[in-house]
Amino acid sequence: MQSSVPTTPGLGNILMLVMARDLRLAVRHWDQVLQPLMFFVIVTTLFPLAISPALDELRRIAPGVLWVAAMLASLLALESLFRPDVEDGTMEQWVLSGQPLSLLLLAKTATHWLLTGLPLVLMAPIVGTALGMPQSVWPVLAATLALGTGSLSILGAIGAALTVSVRRGSVLLALLVLPLEMPVLIFGARAVDLAMHGEPVAGPLNLLVALLLFFVSLGPFAMAAAMRISVES
Amino acid sequence: MWLWFHKLSSPPYAYRTVGLMRPWLFWPAILLMIVGAFGGLVLAPEDYQQKDAFRIIYVHVPSASLSLMVYVVMAVAAAVGVIWRIKLAHAVAAACAPIGAWFTVATLVTGSIYGKPMWGTWWEWDPRLTSELILLFLYLGYMALRASFDDTQRADRASAILAIVGVVNVPIVKYSVVWWNSLHQGPSISKLAAPSIEGSMLWPLLTMMLAFILYFGAVLCDRLRGEILRRERNASWLSESIASS
Repeated sequence: MQSSVPTTPGLGNILMLVMARDLRLAVRHWDQVLQPLMFFVIVTTLFPLAISPALDELRRIAPGVLWVAAMLASLLALESLFRPDVEDGTMEQWVLSGQPLSLLLLAKTATHWLLTGLPLVLMAPIVGTALGMPQSVWPVLAATLALGTGSLSILGAIGAALTVSVRRGSVLLALLVLPLEMPVLIFGARAVDLAMHGEPVAGPLNLLVALLLFFVSLGPFAMAAAMRISVES
Repeated sequence: MWLWFHKLSSPPYAYRTVGLMRPWLFWPAILLMIVGAFGGLVLAPEDYQQKDAFRIIYVHVPSASLSLMVYVVMAVAAAVGVIWRIKLAHAVAAACAPIGAWFTVATLVTGSIYGKPMWGTWWEWDPRLTSELILLFLYLGYMALRASFDDTQRADRASAILAIVGVVNVPIVKYSVVWWNSLHQGPSISKLAAPSIEGSMLWPLLTMMLAFILYFGAVLCDRLRGEILRRERNASWLSESIASS
């Protein structure tokens, strides 16, 4: 046996390790993964109860209801994005590791989207149907949510990194992140609304893609800068 | 130029300079405000459609421009603070936030007073009104984040990141009027080539605009001095200058 010199794995491997670790953690605490999804379903249930059980009326507000519920669910899930790792010191090691923190956090956020955004995308057509949404809208609904929740995850991750060291940070997080997320909500809900009226949806969809690309390219730097401030003391 | 810049970043020098600048901004602002208000409320003719109600634009439009401009100033100051690690720039950003928030409130209040006779409602979910409201939320979030840290330096840097991220929203606020059709009238003074507002109505508006900008500068000086006092409360130069005065 030759003595093996410990080598640092390449960046690609590291990012894979980060994602695999979070996925494994999620499988072991699968009930926590389900919680935002349950929240999404329960919030959408509130609207028929509060407004009217008539499907005609619900159909009109369905795009907005689904989008607001998805936004709140993704906000709720942010709480657990960085907090455990910051509390047990893992994040400090990441900051000190010499690897690009922005990419590590982006990988973590991408995993987070797989666990919180993607289930919403899959669940939304079912909930939408319950609100009287025609089946023809499903692809557009899923597409807007897939693009939109990606943007929401990145913006949310910036907010989560900023507030992770603040006591009772979750309300503050909502205050910071919701105004920034509003453009995503506007374009997402509008695209679904247009699709329900049988009109072309390319405009708002393109804007959603543009927002997502913009946030993916610049968001990680803000996340890393915010995390450095939060971990530092 | 650079020497001046570096000197300005030292708190005692900045404290004195800002104190000297303030009256040069404040009194011209008051003077221009009087001139602009007289021009707008008395000299300008009545609008053939909106009658006298249009005169609120002499407060509404400058407030709206300032509410956006202050946010940009704040974000630029925050970015300067982060990039060159200038503490004074963070103090400027901190001083900007409440001023900008109040300009935003003024815009919303005068806007709804304007909206009542024009549209028949106090509030209309018009994209421009809504984005102004979002701007207010951004200011409030910025101030809330700043208040949640005990350590000033961490508050500075964390809120700077938020300001820089939030400035992304400012163009969206600005261009929302183009992206959606709405009943809000389009901007009437940016098209200087063919302004859709008559000269006798325009000059008081421009005067008020300048007055508001100078007024912002004066209030910023005041707030900045307060901010410097708070940050330097244990510094020796401060107790010396108080003792000598």
